[in-house]
Amino acid sequence: MTTTVDLMVGAPTGDKPTAGDETVSNYTINFGPQHPAAHGVLRLIMELDGEIVERIDPHVGLLHRGTEKLIEYKTYAQALPYFDRLDYCSPMCMEHSYVLAVEKLMGLEVPLRAQYIRVLMAELTRISNHMLNLGSHIMDVGAMTPNLWLFEVREDTLQLYEAVSGARMHANYFRVGGVHQDIPPKVLDQIATFLDKFPKIFEDAISLVADNRIFKQRNVDIGTVSKEDALAWGFSGPMIRAAGIPWDLRRSQPYEVYDRMEFDIPTGTKGDCYDRFMVRVEEVRQSARIMRQCLKDMPEGPIGSLDRKVFPPKRAEMKTSMEALIHHFKLYTEGYHVPAGEVYVATESPKGEFGVYLVADGTNKPYRCKIRPTAFSHLQAMDFMMKGHMLADTTAVLSAIDVVFGECDR
Amino acid sequence: MSSAAPLIKERDGFADAFGTAIGGAFVARKDHVGELTITVTRDGLVEAARTLRDRFGYQQLMEIAGVDYPERPERFEVVYHFLSVTENHRVRLKVSTDEETPVPSLTGLWPVAGWLEREVFDMYGVIFSGNPDLRRILTDYGFEGHPQRKDFPLTGHVELRYSEAEKRVVYEPVQLPQDFRTFDFLMPWEGPEYVLPGDEKAAQAPGAPSPAPAPASPPPAAKAPPPTPKTTDTPAKTGAGEPANTEAKKKSPAAPKPPKADKAPKAAAKPRAPKKPAAPKKGQE
Repeated sequence: MTTTVDLMVGAPTGDKPTAGDETVSNYTINFGPQHPAAHGVLRLIMELDGEIVERIDPHVGLLHRGTEKLIEYKTYAQALPYFDRLDYCSPMCMEHSYVLAVEKLMGLEVPLRAQYIRVLMAELTRISNHMLNLGSHIMDVGAMTPNLWLFEVREDTLQLYEAVSGARMHANYFRVGGVHQDIPPKVLDQIATFLDKFPKIFEDAISLVADNRIFKQRNVDIGTVSKEDALAWGFSGPMIRAAGIPWDLRRSQPYEVYDRMEFDIPTGTKGDCYDRFMVRVEEVRQSARIMRQCLKDMPEGPIGSLDRKVFPPKRAEMKTSMEALIHHFKLYTEGYHVPAGEVYVATESPKGEFGVYLVADGTNKPYRCKIRPTAFSHLQAMDFMMKGHMLADTTAVLSAIDVVFGECDR
Repeated sequence: MSSAAPLIKERDGFADAFGTAIGGAFVARKDHVGELTITVTRDGLVEAARTLRDRFGYQQLMEIAGVDYPERPERFEVVYHFLSVTENHRVRLKVSTDEETPVPSLTGLWPVAGWLEREVFDMYGVIFSGNPDLRRILTDYGFEGHPQRKDFPLTGHVELRYSEAEKRVVYEPVQLPQDFRTFDFLMPWEGPEYVLPGDEKAAQAPGAPSPAPAPASPPPAAKAPPPTPKTTDTPAKTGAGEPANTEAKKKSPAAPKPPKADKAPKAAAKPRAPKKPAAPKKGQE
């Protein structure tokens, strides 16, 4: 497709172009695969008309690791750590869908304390994820300081992660039937201290950009998506809420103890990048609110299913009980069998609806485990979201999608 | 104690109404753990999806998944997950197909189907007729094969490395230094079909009578030895290479020689020669 720009003034002088005439053809550039604003390995083939983006063809799959294939060769317990490595910015939320899917197939009940712990950690993960995304979004459109401040908050969340699960990122903490370890009271104290402390630095950082003129110029009316488009393109999470649809799986299809929690669902009015940003900002506040309720209401009790054929015994118990030792051995070699059937469980991950479609054939390994990534449908919509925008808006749109390629490419 | 899974209310009368609405396209219906699955014919898929969207209010197509069942005549299942944000309900449509028969594309109804179908095509080789952009999506440029098929090996067929000589990344056939190890850990008397090494008689004699009726044993002829036994039957399969013992014995005088048959007891009874006394330490003298 070529565009002829007619700059001629005055009478035409036949077919021959005079000086000043220019024939401008569309320019195709390659963005990535290694680009700091791509949030990972993304290759965009962009067709530009001057500085206006005409067409974008995202090439994904550069981080494809065959997770779904690998899971088919692992027992149910062994498959869990792969989920941490999908969206490595919010690992526990990835585990969440998977353990819920297995539990739903098995009809397994989870003790209340474990459910509270899971909600607590899922919301901590949401804060952690949004700190990274909001910070990098701000940085992608040109501001430096808030990112550094938000990373400080993220560092605190990662330390809490470590205190709870033993790992800063790849936690492997949620288990089928519960969670791996109980949270000691001291760590619950630390979480409460964090909840008291972090809003100040967070609000400070956001106050630098939320009403900032330059930040608004870079985000308002960029990548606008209507309600109809958001539905047709399979949007979820902050993307669909920014478009004005108050759809949140924690509220509409509550899992764990979300039906006991009080929280608000922020929505946008215009569906642009600024709305997506502000929806995430409000979600951080609501997550902190949910976490406080969790800390207040969390009951005492077991942290794992009492079904010994699924949930392994405690290490101390194994020292004295032969039965516990045998169970431990069987669970870590053969694993448990999941009754045949299929199930699709989706949870509200920080980035949107993260689903696991699990087909079990009655053995100890999944027959098929399809992972529904959030970024896949959002990134696909990039083409129409970017049409007619400037090249420099690519980074804003990409940040507002909140794409992480570990999850997109699987 | 309660179940933690997402609470989705059942939609009363929906399955029947939908079944009659799509008429001949309806094949089967299944309710399992509160989730509704409806199998439809390939040709009726687009109409069924349109009915779902326009008449029953399922606005979103969330996911398309392929599943491979190699033993079926139509080996692939393509599974569509729909979500209604107004009715707050999910439903699953299924069609089956094989390697050659195309499935009609849903890109005309939901633009999001474009990439989702591309992924199923990439992973399983299912062809979608009507998808304007049916390229590979997740695998490498120039990749051959469809990796999620059950007959595609987990290790793949090619591996790549950076060649210092050619100054570029080169593709080579996969070479495994040792056998690829899969542990199935299924209990031998419950799960697997193969015969454990040394347990070949198990198929012939069902063993002592047990309270539960023993499963009818298949005829012995059917229990042929497995094509790939799980043990390393021959030294060649250990991956250790040729044993070094014979060479080592020749070279090393210190290597223990095999005792001769007649002298062996005597040599064993003979007290060991005292070791050369260590150099006395000065402090002890």
